[in-house]
Amino acid sequence: MTLEEVLRTIEGKLISPHADLSQEIAMACGADLMSDVLAFTHTGTLLMTGLTNPQVVRTAEMAGIVAIVFVRGKLPPPETVALAEEKGIPLLASQYTMYETCGRLYRTGLKSCGLFQLTADNWPHDAVPSCGPATELL
Amino acid sequence: MVDTHGEEKITASAKSILEVTKLQELVYELKIEEVMTKKVVTVSPDDTMRAMKEVLRMNRISGAPVMRGRELVGIISIENVIKALERGEIEATVGEKMTSEVQTLFADETVIHAVNKFGRLGFGRLPVVNRQGQLVGILTQGDIARGLLRQLEIDYHEEEIHRYRASHIFQDIVSDQTGLILRYKVQPRDFSRCGEAASKLKRALERLGALPAIVRRIAVVSYEAETNLVIHTTQGGELLAEIQPEKIRIIAVDHGPGIPDVEQALRPGYSTAPDWIRELGFGAGMGLSNIKTCSDEMHLDSKIGVGTRLEVIINM
Repeated sequence: MTLEEVLRTIEGKLISPHADLSQEIAMACGADLMSDVLAFTHTGTLLMTGLTNPQVVRTAEMAGIVAIVFVRGKLPPPETVALAEEKGIPLLASQYTMYETCGRLYRTGLKSCGLFQLTADNWPHDAVPSCGPATELL
Repeated sequence: MVDTHGEEKITASAKSILEVTKLQELVYELKIEEVMTKKVVTVSPDDTMRAMKEVLRMNRISGAPVMRGRELVGIISIENVIKALERGEIEATVGEKMTSEVQTLFADETVIHAVNKFGRLGFGRLPVVNRQGQLVGILTQGDIARGLLRQLEIDYHEEEIHRYRASHIFQDIVSDQTGLILRYKVQPRDFSRCGEAASKLKRALERLGALPAIVRRIAVVSYEAETNLVIHTTQGGELLAEIQPEKIRIIAVDHGPGIPDVEQALRPGYSTAPDWIRELGFGAGMGLSNIKTCSDEMHLDSKIGVGTRLEVIINM
């Protein structure tokens, strides 16, 4: 899925003026906990978050996140936009909630990041970690 | 051994709100003389329009400066030829049909001057003169586009060379055990700069040609360790990366306050982070467990009042 298709699906707004919208994303993840982003995402992920501070961009840089979507109509402060520009990470905004933004993308067949096997192993036996089109567990 | 202190000034804050792309930067940096065509085809005011038309056709150009000796006296283009043809005046001289009020550009001005002038005047080409008024070149919008693309390619090539040189460090320097030590100082409580050390280390590893999957693990480990130094230490600390051909050792050291119960600190979800850190999306007690997941070996030693030392090994 390209960023252009993402933008259309979430009826979003492009914040980064010079972004390359033909970039492909392979999967997506919604999180407000940056440690979870570092733990559960893979290279090629689209991140949905309600946080707008520059550390979100830092986290994205470290985790190999392709682009960031700010949900609930939030717009990031200039320092976040500047850092994202420097690191070449496109920023998008959605006026919908985290649930709806993720839902719109999930409905198109965009895959979830999935969980690490390590985390899944610790679950009780009757629980199922993901019933959707999750990526192969690591 | 090479020892580098990661204290170079950051560009992020300097750039601030001004979002300048590489291309925009180049428009302000590149000189007109670097992109213009230096070999200029000129015509004489005494030539006929018919002869001038042939000059344009043979050279595959759409206009030319008009020179009387060494003096620039006008400019003529294909448009003038068409008008002359319409009126049956193809035998007229160039001097009669040319535009004699010539707009020029200075060779030592930056490309942005040319872009603005083209935008304002709508001309197809502008003669370029030096400060003595002598014709030294000609510039079209196509020249600008080609010049910018060429420069972008050069800049890209330079990064490739950096990468190539760095990746040969371990082959070029021979010893029984070659290692590269990168040392980064981390300030306490300064959350706005948190991640700079990890970011520099990540870039260094990319230049050294480490595999992307390995780079990602090292980035996560160093970022989480740096975050811990920023959030929890009283005087900050140091992040140290010892890079060897077959493995990387990352060490985060500080001088206090120290962890009261190391085993408890290692438990996923256990955190002593203050609320302001949690509001930023950190401090959920996942840092050390993330580090453990990404590393091949991990040791955490701490003593109250003395400090903490985290050592991680990741095999390349």
